[in-house]
Amino acid sequence: MLDPFRAMGQSAAVSEPLSFQRMILTLHDYWSDRGCLILQPYDMEMGAGTFHTATTLRALGPEPWNAAFVQPCRRPTDGRYGENPNRLQHYYQYQVILKPSPADLQELYLGSLAAIGIDFTRHDIRFVEDDWESPTLGAWGLGWEVWCDGMEVTQFTYFQQMGGFDCKPVAGELTYGLERLAMYIQNKDSVYDLAFNDAGVTYGEVFHENEVQMSTWNFEVADTDTLFDQFRKAAAECERSLAAGLPIPAYEQAIKASHTFNLLQARGVISVAERQAYMGRVRDLAKGACAAWIEKKTPEWQARFPGWTA
Amino acid sequence: MAGALSGVDGMSDFLLELRSEEIPARMQERAREDLAKLFAAELAKAGLKAAELVTYATPRRLALIARDLPLATEAVREEVKGPRASAPPQALEGFLRKTGLAREDLVERDGVLFAVTDKPGRATAEVLAEAVPAVVRAFPWPKAMRWGAASVSTESPRWVRPLQGIVALLDEDVVPFEVAGVTSGAATVGHRFHHPGVITIGSAHDYVEKLRACHVIVDGAERRAAIAVGAKLAAQGAGLSLVEDEGLLFENAGLTEFPMPLLGRFDESFLSVPPEVIQLTARVNQKYFVCRDADGKLADAFVCTANIDAEDGGDKIVEGNRKVLAARLSDAKFFYETDLKTRLEDLSPKLEKIVFHEKLGTVADKVDRVAKLARWLVEQGIVGAREAPAHVELPLDPSSSPIDARDIAAGTVSADRERLADMAERAARLAKADLVTGMVGEFPELQGLMGGYYAAAQGEAPEVAEAICDHYKPVGQGDDVPTAPVTVAVALADKLDSIYSFFSRDEKPTGSKDPFALRRSALGIIRLVLENRLRAPFRYILESADWIALLDEGGADWGNPTNDLLDFFADRLKVQQREAGVRHDLIDAVFALGGEDDLVRLLARVHALQGFVTTEDGANLLAGYKRAANILKKEGYTVPDEPRSPVEAGARQVGGANGEATAHVSGEAEGAAQGAAIGVHRSVAANAPDAPGSAVPVGSTGTPGNLRFQDEEANQAVDRQGTTEHDGTSHPFAGGQPDGIPQTGEEDPLVEVEQGAFTDSVAAFARSERAQSLSYEPEPAEDALMAALDVAEPRAAKAIADEDFEGAMAALASLRAPIDGFFDDVTVNDADPVKRTARLALLARVRAAVHRVADFSRIEG
Repeated sequence: MLDPFRAMGQSAAVSEPLSFQRMILTLHDYWSDRGCLILQPYDMEMGAGTFHTATTLRALGPEPWNAAFVQPCRRPTDGRYGENPNRLQHYYQYQVILKPSPADLQELYLGSLAAIGIDFTRHDIRFVEDDWESPTLGAWGLGWEVWCDGMEVTQFTYFQQMGGFDCKPVAGELTYGLERLAMYIQNKDSVYDLAFNDAGVTYGEVFHENEVQMSTWNFEVADTDTLFDQFRKAAAECERSLAAGLPIPAYEQAIKASHTFNLLQARGVISVAERQAYMGRVRDLAKGACAAWIEKKTPEWQARFPGWTA
Repeated sequence: MAGALSGVDGMSDFLLELRSEEIPARMQERAREDLAKLFAAELAKAGLKAAELVTYATPRRLALIARDLPLATEAVREEVKGPRASAPPQALEGFLRKTGLAREDLVERDGVLFAVTDKPGRATAEVLAEAVPAVVRAFPWPKAMRWGAASVSTESPRWVRPLQGIVALLDEDVVPFEVAGVTSGAATVGHRFHHPGVITIGSAHDYVEKLRACHVIVDGAERRAAIAVGAKLAAQGAGLSLVEDEGLLFENAGLTEFPMPLLGRFDESFLSVPPEVIQLTARVNQKYFVCRDADGKLADAFVCTANIDAEDGGDKIVEGNRKVLAARLSDAKFFYETDLKTRLEDLSPKLEKIVFHEKLGTVADKVDRVAKLARWLVEQGIVGAREAPAHVELPLDPSSSPIDARDIAAGTVSADRERLADMAERAARLAKADLVTGMVGEFPELQGLMGGYYAAAQGEAPEVAEAICDHYKPVGQGDDVPTAPVTVAVALADKLDSIYSFFSRDEKPTGSKDPFALRRSALGIIRLVLENRLRAPFRYILESADWIALLDEGGADWGNPTNDLLDFFADRLKVQQREAGVRHDLIDAVFALGGEDDLVRLLARVHALQGFVTTEDGANLLAGYKRAANILKKEGYTVPDEPRSPVEAGARQVGGANGEATAHVSGEAEGAAQGAAIGVHRSVAANAPDAPGSAVPVGSTGTPGNLRFQDEEANQAVDRQGTTEHDGTSHPFAGGQPDGIPQTGEEDPLVEVEQGAFTDSVAAFARSERAQSLSYEPEPAEDALMAALDVAEPRAAKAIADEDFEGAMAALASLRAPIDGFFDDVTVNDADPVKRTARLALLARVRAAVHRVADFSRIEG
């Protein structure tokens, strides 16, 4: 199991570095070959791939679940008007979720790095403690940020709780920072210089203007009264959905509230003290949706996995 | 050596390796200790003990070698004594039930039955096969996790990260067991990338070297040394010196099995960013060491620690790390340059939008309060006054007096002080502005520091910039305490405001909950006050400062938290002093006096007390005191209004500086210097309550006996006077109501005692006075004690007034011999009720005299 990476890493190192899209396709192939469903992005604004229902809701319950997908992420406060070569308010994560976590998860992961061209004889890979916690999802796990020559390229987490519930069983989650990995593989100093494809289109051509405009809107233009209003409405709609026994729509509204909160943060109108209150609100919504999901699914899970309890 | 004996004489070595996915660096050292402790405890249960336990930790393994274990535990014979053979059958039945044996199993010796159990020796391997799983299950990781298919149950195994393999070898044999789904064996793996394949360990003897051959240095100390030396050499090779960092050594050693320090350079244009920012970024985010150039300035270099011996010598790794650092630094530089474009005062509108706390308004509101308070603290002379050590006479020159009473009285404040107050207010007004800068948004731990940089860059006075920079200090226990007056004013004001305002909203720390870190703030205040020797009477500050009015503007009446706050400070001070090694009973003894809110004075007293009670005089006086107190207690002797401690006096002095008691303050300074303070004090004591608008509660407005400093003199006199006037038959303290009897120091016959020529005649006069106060002729020892008290009481009182607590202790020490003499020669419980009462009164006087210094009943020993 172990020796092949080395060989793969070396062979990949001599070939042409992968373009951004080729890297994604390679990861799709790699994880597809290892039994993962290849899903598409969730069609909502979210801060991390973890918010995809394929991760949050599927991390709950006893059913095995193996999936991989790309998720566009929006982090308004990270916007730099396209001026910083390393920071984006919109970027991509590659998510792999494997439940239960396989015994050779680290090896599988390293195999994927080798597959996209990282040579372990020349690059320094380290697993640095990073206990992951998402207050807004009521979730936490233990794991690492994986460093490649000092750069965090992946978050590697064994989920212990989601929505305030113990993960039974534990799922392993891999979150690759695709732009960072690509910059590494292609040896580029700026994200905007990345080769998006093999036909000369750069990442900058695709996304630079988007960064400039969205940064301006996030930081300067977005109407805060509207945002506060949207937050309240999403929260209310979440609660209505919960009352109607519909955990998935409720969860979507929680995600919406979460993103609206992030926008308000970018506008700098939420204080440290208030921040806790807003996060608590989102957490309660998300937890409520998870609880409703568990409640709805438990009879089915127990029928298939006798003796299982939430 | 124990090691040399291994393998002979039936002694064996045991190797255990618990291999897992990467163990957090910060947990590895503690894990080694815990492993040794738990393992030794498990062996001890079976009666086994290793000659030596060695432990190792790497990111991927936790290992232990136990040397010189016997191959089997000793056979043990246990005997339990039972009934006599002739005992009734019930006794025998009971014993058989208890032991689970039959009659024929018992052994009879000398007519007594014994239950004998022979416990055969157990194979050590068998003991180990049970011990290791027990250790694994009980292991106290700070955070443990579940994993894999088994985690469908929450009862599944827990380890710091998934457990991958176990090597358990007793000499060369595998000790077979299974725990957490892993079966023990002899196989492990080498370095993740250099030797990923399986390797087989022979025994404890070849473990370290076999792994070394596979690019794993199992000994953390060796890895740290390798990093320390390698990093130093790398820096030297570039003509630089390494900034050593023990924490980084441990961290990097905990992240590598084969550490390779590598030096890289970054673009020197980043050096325009403050060095603290660069160092913080390099250290916290990247775990890099930084270097200095020949001039001691931060250099454009870093040292990272890789975990592989790269085929290209590390070029690609250095290049990659350089890029990461460059990305981080360019972010920092962007923030820094953007922030510099806005003046700090122009950020105020943003502070108005940030809620500090829902009950306390915005950060801008807080800034307003802190600015007012910082100015007030300076104007009051609480901060920025010259140090006023407790045992040094106050300066006569009023212009240099710490409490510039004349200036204040004249309605003028010196220009220097005015300037200081302006700077304190200015600094406070700008101190929080950096919270809304980009840099602090990104690196919250740089709050204050960045404000200081930005203030300096926009041309603020250096004192102001420094105050902004350091106003959060002291943060932790080891943190420096600011000493620059402007900084102290802002630091103190910021923390006082936080504590007061949260307390006023009933947001107090409870149990383990202290969400606003008020305990830390209190400790910060205590350290600021003590280390700067500030005369900061808290009650006065909390009740007088005009900043408080801002808190209640337009709001509900929240009530006054002052008393709760004083208790809170007292608690924090006790904790802090206990940690500093001050005896807690002595702290209690001084605290028990109550009312003291001047920390410097309070601690001076505690320290003097600690010095005193450890001397022979102190120990004996304590014994004498306890004897007196016991007698009084046994006799049910109570004093209706025993003179109170002088400690309440605290607030007064600085209160006087407020301009309402001018005569008192300046008079005291001069009086003390001239050694004729008493009369002055008395007159001031009488005047102070009438002072218009006096901000300080005085004796007549407080509870009876809530005395202040100055009254103390009167009070001492009252004791004597009481004895005189009441003819010894009534309670000698009946006149002890200090407000009731005007006393003057001139009436004290001992005022002149020190002046030589009159000593004898004065003493004779005093003796006759004493004798007159009694209706009987006192015994010599009785008279001697009275005489000693007559001397000691005013001396102690004056010493306390001068805050010369060693002097007060010395005055008490002079009582030791007379007290001993009194107990030796005088019968307290005399048949004559008059004598008995008078002697009890004398003991009460002793007790009262001692209590003026500290509540000796709280002192242990």
